[in-house]
Amino acid sequence: MGSREQILARVKKNKPEGMPLPSVKFFEEYASENLVQAFSEVLEGVGGKVVSVSGYAEAKQQILGCYPDKKNVGSSIPELEMGGLTLDAIDDPHALHQLDLMLVKGEVGVAENGAIWVSENSLSHRVSPFITEHLAIVLEKEKLVWNMHQAYSREEVCLEGYGVFIAGPSKTADIEQSLVIGAHGPRSLLVVLI
Amino acid sequence: MKRKVGLFIPCYIDQFYPNIAIATLKLLEKFDLEVGYPLEQTCCGQPMANSGFEEASLDAAQLFIRNFQEFDYIVAPSGSCVLHVKEHYNLLPGSEAVTKVRENTFELCEFLVDVLKVDHLKARFPFKVGYHSSCHGQRGLCLSQSSELNAPGFSKPKQLLQMVDGLELVELNRPDECCGFGGTFAVSEEAVSVRMGKDRIQDHLEQGAEVLTGGDASCLMHLEGLIKRKQLPLKVKHIAEILNGESV
Amino acid sequence: MNHPEAAKKFVKDEQRTTWHDQSLWFVRTKRDKSSKSLPEWEELRNMASAIKANVLSHLDEYLEEFERNAQANGVTVHWAKDAEEHNRIVHSILAKHRVKRLVKSKSMLTEECHLNPHLEQQGIEVIDTDLGERIVQLANEPPSHIVMPAIHKKKEEIGELFAKTIGTEPGAKDPQYLTEAARQHLREKFLAADAAITGVNFAIAETGGVVVCTNEGNADMGVHLAPVHIACMGMEKIIPKAEHLGVFLRLLARSATGQPITTYSSHFHKPRAGTEMHIVIVDNGRSEHLGQEDFRRALHCIRCGACMNTCPIYRRSGGHSYGYTVPGPIGSIIAPARNLKANHTLPFASTLCGSCSNVCPVKIDIHDQLYKWRQVIAKKKEVPLSKQLAMKVAGRVFANPGLYRMLGKVGRKVLRLPLKPLIYNPLNTWGKARDLPEAPKQSFREWYLENYPKNGK
Repeated sequence: MGSREQILARVKKNKPEGMPLPSVKFFEEYASENLVQAFSEVLEGVGGKVVSVSGYAEAKQQILGCYPDKKNVGSSIPELEMGGLTLDAIDDPHALHQLDLMLVKGEVGVAENGAIWVSENSLSHRVSPFITEHLAIVLEKEKLVWNMHQAYSREEVCLEGYGVFIAGPSKTADIEQSLVIGAHGPRSLLVVLI
Repeated sequence: MKRKVGLFIPCYIDQFYPNIAIATLKLLEKFDLEVGYPLEQTCCGQPMANSGFEEASLDAAQLFIRNFQEFDYIVAPSGSCVLHVKEHYNLLPGSEAVTKVRENTFELCEFLVDVLKVDHLKARFPFKVGYHSSCHGQRGLCLSQSSELNAPGFSKPKQLLQMVDGLELVELNRPDECCGFGGTFAVSEEAVSVRMGKDRIQDHLEQGAEVLTGGDASCLMHLEGLIKRKQLPLKVKHIAEILNGESV
Repeated sequence: MNHPEAAKKFVKDEQRTTWHDQSLWFVRTKRDKSSKSLPEWEELRNMASAIKANVLSHLDEYLEEFERNAQANGVTVHWAKDAEEHNRIVHSILAKHRVKRLVKSKSMLTEECHLNPHLEQQGIEVIDTDLGERIVQLANEPPSHIVMPAIHKKKEEIGELFAKTIGTEPGAKDPQYLTEAARQHLREKFLAADAAITGVNFAIAETGGVVVCTNEGNADMGVHLAPVHIACMGMEKIIPKAEHLGVFLRLLARSATGQPITTYSSHFHKPRAGTEMHIVIVDNGRSEHLGQEDFRRALHCIRCGACMNTCPIYRRSGGHSYGYTVPGPIGSIIAPARNLKANHTLPFASTLCGSCSNVCPVKIDIHDQLYKWRQVIAKKKEVPLSKQLAMKVAGRVFANPGLYRMLGKVGRKVLRLPLKPLIYNPLNTWGKARDLPEAPKQSFREWYLENYPKNGK
């Protein structure tokens, strides 16, 4: 008998009597009335910056305003061509370590914790939101939900391939709990709400 | 007919802190109760059981049941011993007497608040007091809301202390951190136990407490031992003594 | 490991103990604040606990479902019955790809299996990429906390370590500077790695994917650059459905650090085009543990570390004093399930205060299990003979009221004798730092008989 069979046989023998699977409550009654405000407050609390704009043209202005001098800019948002790196032409993700700024599309935003769902459906390289020095996520306000239960019930949060909830810039507090922004990934996160 | 209360005086209170027992008795006698003290009582068995020797605690537990089964209520000035009776007497063979004793054993403050519904006390204690929340009463018997939980706050012992004239309660930095007594832990992990006790005392001192009180004489014995050794400016009083109106 | 001995050494440095206690208490207060911001907190804990109970009662079915779905996603699934097999599997994957340089994000499982030394012996460079883990790796120490592996180290010590190992300025101790240096140092490692290992926070039976939570982004940096990803998971990490992630991700970071969620919650389902993804499902004692009725709930653990942060003993004795991969209260109930003899002092490293059970996001009855482990350990005679004897004698004395009273009387009399040096002898552990209570002339019973004569029998 191989390990797989041995393990499963032992589990079968030793597991307790069947316990029911509870249904997940959504706790919508506790939702904030103003999702944009709640989302922005939480995200700024974890080191992100949030701006609100009316459309992609203004989004571009805001991003350029926040990051005026970035040379190597990558974008996986068709509406936001920045004229920087052509990501589709890059095969090897290692080449992206030059990235100064990466623009990606957020698919769902969660107000209770500032997390934004980003998946490979809108990324040409999985590593791009991590390897870049700075990250800007563009998210439509309509895509905001209150909590994680609601987020997982959204069809955008599709668990195919690869996806990630991102809440703020990369950080660590492993040295005497001093918060340092910019551990391995982006040193800053700008969220542009449209 | 008066309700019959059996006074349960844990072994170390009987031997070392008769004043706490006397205060408890006198306090209970102020209410419309018939208070009896079974003379053949010894120990509830907790020290053995908590050290891993439930077996060695069985005879003491059986004796406890024999001593107390006739009472309507059993009341003790110790949350820890009460918790042992309520929670761990399932190690005894089940019987009506065991069930009755487990269901009707109360810690003193709990009894005053929940059963007697006390809303005033004739007692005066004009001091700044820090309340040490002993863990077994706190988290085991839920005498107060635990700081870890997201639930409405309350504290039965503090509710009673607030009825005492002149008494000023101080707020601690860590309202329900363990003092490090822990039964045989106090000896088997002496170093950490002592350190935990010192930290608790420091919190009371920093908040300006003149008197440290609590519902478990075991924790108080540990803390007082440290205070006396260092001759710190903090008096220790069991809550029964304060509620009974005794001064420092 | 003998916890009291190790703890005694730790406590000796009073200032350091104060610092360690306060650091962790700070995390506990952040956890309190965060948990209290959700009105549904206690309900979430109940839900999480019930989901985990369901998982354990159907674990074999969920594991098979997970395997099927992961395979359908193009992932290779391996099964390891123990640490040795786990290490062998990992090595064989790496050998097949001729891996020389490996980056690894935080995984308590690989610590438990001692994977690093196994791979290093075979000439593979293993780099832990979580900053805390990298610090302890460079210091050649095990982590002292499962969430904050280097919480026992002061910034001056880390500065000194980095100066020696990665070439920072001697004397530098600014966390910002040291973190930046580590970033540069590890960036090179990420770019050069031939394979990436991650742990697994949650494995979803329904979808065959795994979720990894980090703040630094180190798991993703490793996985998305390397041609091979190996995810190592203890088999209790299974959850039934993706919707349950909502429950667990709401609890995990709030319990661990007080953050509303970790910066990255990465969901890996399929390997990136042109690369391989492997998942190693590890038993290593878990299936036996599952059979222990009183103790199986310890397998609910989601490794948030909240019980460590709240434990007054952990805070004052440090993670290393436990001598087990997972320290603190939860470790003290897992360790004896895996190796009772080696870990028999751990269930006694507690006052049974119960704070651990109260903070646990999946409601493990930690302090009750500690009590139950003590019973098991005493039965197996793994406690000192003197204690066995003392407890037996105490049991006899308390069963005999006359004997109890007689000994009490004699004892009090002895304590009242002017014999201080004799009483405070080296064998009197209580009296090393504490005075004994003053022994009264009369016990309460004696007083009672005198004052209530008609009640006396």
